[in-house]
Amino acid sequence: MSANQLTLWYLVASVCFILALKGLSAPTSARRGNLFGMTGMALAIVFTVALAWKGRLELIILAMLVGGVLGAIVARRVQMTQMPELVAAMHSLVGMAAVLIAVAAVNNPLAFGISDPLPKGNKLELFIGTFVGAITFSGSVIAFGKLAGLGRHFRLFSSAPVVFAGQHWLNLLLALVMIGFGAAFFMAEGKAWTPFLLMTAIAFALGVLIIIPIGGADMPVVISMLNSYSGWAAAGIGFSLNNAMLIIAGSLVGSSGAILSYIMCKAMNRSFISVILGGFGAAEGTAAAGAGDKTVRSGSAEDAAFLLGNAEGVIIVPGYGLAVARAQHAVKEMAELLAAKGVGVRFAIHPVAGRMPGHMNVLLAEAEVPYDQVFEMDDINGEFGTTDVVLVLGANDVVNPLAYEKGSAIYGMPVLDVHKARTVLVNKRSMAAGYAGLDNPLFYMDKTMMVFGDAKKTVEDMLKALH
Amino acid sequence: MASVDPTVVNLVVFVLAVFVGYHVIWNVTPALHTPLMSLTNAISSVIIVGAILAAAPAETDFGSVLGVIAVALAAVNVAGGFLVTQRMLEMFRKKK
Repeated sequence: MSANQLTLWYLVASVCFILALKGLSAPTSARRGNLFGMTGMALAIVFTVALAWKGRLELIILAMLVGGVLGAIVARRVQMTQMPELVAAMHSLVGMAAVLIAVAAVNNPLAFGISDPLPKGNKLELFIGTFVGAITFSGSVIAFGKLAGLGRHFRLFSSAPVVFAGQHWLNLLLALVMIGFGAAFFMAEGKAWTPFLLMTAIAFALGVLIIIPIGGADMPVVISMLNSYSGWAAAGIGFSLNNAMLIIAGSLVGSSGAILSYIMCKAMNRSFISVILGGFGAAEGTAAAGAGDKTVRSGSAEDAAFLLGNAEGVIIVPGYGLAVARAQHAVKEMAELLAAKGVGVRFAIHPVAGRMPGHMNVLLAEAEVPYDQVFEMDDINGEFGTTDVVLVLGANDVVNPLAYEKGSAIYGMPVLDVHKARTVLVNKRSMAAGYAGLDNPLFYMDKTMMVFGDAKKTVEDMLKALH
Repeated sequence: MASVDPTVVNLVVFVLAVFVGYHVIWNVTPALHTPLMSLTNAISSVIIVGAILAAAPAETDFGSVLGVIAVALAAVNVAGGFLVTQRMLEMFRKKK
């Protein structure tokens, strides 16, 4: 088989990948889409091996088996609440693979069908692919640590922002030095190991430094951003190896991550730059300011169950507090019971309800909530005004009407218009403020009843009262 | 006319792929953004192709060893990415 034939197979694989992504436009076509993705991957791997292997085929296949079995085990065992950690870990592997391939390409360009030593153009592209890959690796490791709650063992993994004086200047300086070594690598004749390895080392350090100041609340953006980087790293390596497969797949992934980052930033009302500069989210869990002079109406789970049981329509707004309390199954049972009593039940999901884009949808789907009862913010926001009862479970900032008040810290943030409903039930553990550190006027409205307590316990009590 | 530099061809492919990606991704339903991320993760592990090339040469040196390691790392993602996506998509069911 020739390189031309291989590239044509890459074209087929690329079409498969595009069809895979296209399949995700609806849950009904998504499984078929994933099969397209697997097919594309199988084609790319099989034909590359068929063309390229000269020796140690056994070793290559053994490496695939070891990695594949490990990946399959992790995919089976991982909890749905741990998806953000898993995705971060997988980004880091792509980043590391990109760096290893780049080192191999500097060492022996002939293996990739490029002349030895590397031509200048390929060097420039290799430089870009390598530093993006290195940043993806170390950044993802830090993101993984933050998401997995390893901050207790190692301070760099703290979910609170890690900040120090002159941080941004240090990052800028390192970035400039890194580019300087990149330029030296580009200009030098021969293999130029020294500038290449120094550049790579600085990129690893930069990956750590740019993620540590970003707080836990901004993690959905960080994961999306690293998703994007992992794609650009693959594309960069593809450029330097003149490999169309890597360029196409990398670009698809890169643009996907970029779009998700944009959607997440918009949903949190933050600019991408301010997320990257970090330092946000330190005030998590502090008491709401000025809460003392306002009265809150609170009630028991039984009172809440009575209101829910007599409603015509109910919208449930789940927040991450629900997942933390592992209350999804109880909520699903309650929704079924209410439906059996003739109450129309729907779920309303804010884009940042979970720890990564679309996370809450997966958590509800895992609890066997049918996806046609689950609505996105834009599709359901007009319906709150005609809804009898809204039940907010473990959500705060995403239902804060202050977003409509000029001058408030979250002005302009898209929120669920829960305050327009006739009656609002809010379950929270305490009156503590959300990530934004803001008080929520929704809690003090006459139509609002607070039900304090652990989400799972409260929903189970409601269930008992409804029976 | 002289032949076209491969970098220019790469650039053409790149720009068109970004364009396709942009349009396809905006069509993904927000409910499936988590499976989208695990699927793109699996797709980006097609970098295994580069790792196979690095591991392929007959003579063993440290470059080919790094290639074998990269094959293993990317293989974790290939299997893990597609399987976890499948597992999540199985959960999305309509009302019975």
